[in-house]
Amino acid sequence: MSWWTQPATQTQITHGDRFWLYVTAAIIMLLLVIPTFIVVPMSFSDSQYLAFPPETWSVRWYEEYFGSRKWMRATVTSVKIGTLTTLVATPLGTMAAYALFVSGHRAARAIFMLLITPMIVPVILIAIGAFYAFGRMGLNNSITGLVLAHTAMATPLVMILITAALRSYDLNQERVARSLGASRVKAFFMVTLPQIKFSVVTAALLSFLTSFDEVIISIFISGGSNATLTKHMFAALRDFIDPTIAAISTIMVAVSTVLLLTTQFIGSKKS
Amino acid sequence: MTQTASTTGQAQALNEVALAGQERREQWTLLGLSTPAILVIAIVVLVPVGWLFYLSFVGSDGEFSLEHYKKMIEYKSYARVFMTTFQVSLLTTLICILLGYPLAYFLAHLPGRWTGLFMLAVLLPFWTSLLVRTYAWLVLLQRKGLLNDLAMQIGLWDSPIKLVHNMTGTLIGMAHIMLPFLVLPLYGAMKKIEPDMMHAASNLGASPIRSFWNVYFPLSVSGLVAGALIVFVLCLGFYVTPAVLGGGRVVMVATQITAILEYRFDWGAASALGVVLLIATIGVLYLAGRFFKFDSALFGKG
Repeated sequence: MSWWTQPATQTQITHGDRFWLYVTAAIIMLLLVIPTFIVVPMSFSDSQYLAFPPETWSVRWYEEYFGSRKWMRATVTSVKIGTLTTLVATPLGTMAAYALFVSGHRAARAIFMLLITPMIVPVILIAIGAFYAFGRMGLNNSITGLVLAHTAMATPLVMILITAALRSYDLNQERVARSLGASRVKAFFMVTLPQIKFSVVTAALLSFLTSFDEVIISIFISGGSNATLTKHMFAALRDFIDPTIAAISTIMVAVSTVLLLTTQFIGSKKS
Repeated sequence: MTQTASTTGQAQALNEVALAGQERREQWTLLGLSTPAILVIAIVVLVPVGWLFYLSFVGSDGEFSLEHYKKMIEYKSYARVFMTTFQVSLLTTLICILLGYPLAYFLAHLPGRWTGLFMLAVLLPFWTSLLVRTYAWLVLLQRKGLLNDLAMQIGLWDSPIKLVHNMTGTLIGMAHIMLPFLVLPLYGAMKKIEPDMMHAASNLGASPIRSFWNVYFPLSVSGLVAGALIVFVLCLGFYVTPAVLGGGRVVMVATQITAILEYRFDWGAASALGVVLLIATIGVLYLAGRFFKFDSALFGKG
């Protein structure tokens, strides 16, 4: 019996019978992936007009990028803000998720809902709200303001990941540690944290990406010497098709691919 | 004898009071751990959005007024913006359902060792900057872009057609960006369906098509609705992709808000539009919550 005539499901449908499904899924997956990677060959083109496939190859757009003070400064800003956001949002979100998960207080659910509002409120509204309020507080165009705003966007993601991790973890282990004389803090750091550490690492990576890729809030509240990479990219996209963007995009795709594969690797080690 | 018993009872009661007090204190200390997060969210989201809410009710003379909301009903341009937003969101959601359902079904029925590999096709775009993906579509869809070249080579059309800076380009880009948001919760729901259910259905004589529609599909609906809802709600407030791929021809609420601020610097009008957007979002979520029960699928990211 060949693969073609083998039953594929419990209903005795054969692989041949639903070959159309495999073709459809393959096409959709290609449609998802190709636009993500198409920027890679284009970034090595010599032409201004992004013909595909490129007629002559060159690294001139990378030279353009690495040689430009504007792009370099924006990149440094974005990396700086991403790193600071990760350092703030990961502990903040983990702390809040742990507290709300173990407290069992009536208010815990309400506080959780309050803390994930940044995922429900349309980002454009957060952006103009922060722009207005930060203007009053003198936080526009500052690193502090950007880190604060990006932390607010990343914290709900951290909380959701950590809460999911705590759900699949047996809290009794922490009780055992405490009944043996460990303080709650010690029990958390020595018993609980090592067991949810993979989720904490994933949450940290996701926080970095959330900040690094964030566009709309940055358009409004970043500027001057603290303008982010995404702000400059968006401006360049609206005006004309600058092939330098292809080079930057390729670097960004590389960064997110590495981060994603890291989490997948962590995930497979965990299970 | 009786005296000892009552003393023990008293001691126990005292103990209980003390223990209960201790537990309450501990609960409060624990809740206190969430205050830094609450502070950040309050400074960035809650207070500013509240402020905008207030601004939307302040007229040009500085007094309380409903003028910004009245304009929204009276002016035709606003009606057009709302229509476009609704249309784009609905169409994007429909495209995502049509493409996402077979894909999620395919992924949910893969043998375990293949799942991780094929899941990357959904996760990779999900993790890639939406600015990068929007840019890629801009390049692919342009007049001399790859898609026009390809279509002319195989003879689909003779001269380059306009695929970008219009509704078509916007929908293509939006659907590409939103698809993972639909597939991930749907995949989660499909994974929870017991294969035995389908086995039982076919055992009882249902044809594969009938057991799919009568058994499998109803069980996957909660995941489908959760995914469709996330997509719809995200589309309502979307800014970047329509702004770049729509080329000024697809004006959605978010685009209109920035335009008002950029050209008129009218905070009242922009806030009012934002408030309407927020209410629409909450309204959709609330209505859907009444008809369907959701678990963590709604917020299951990555």
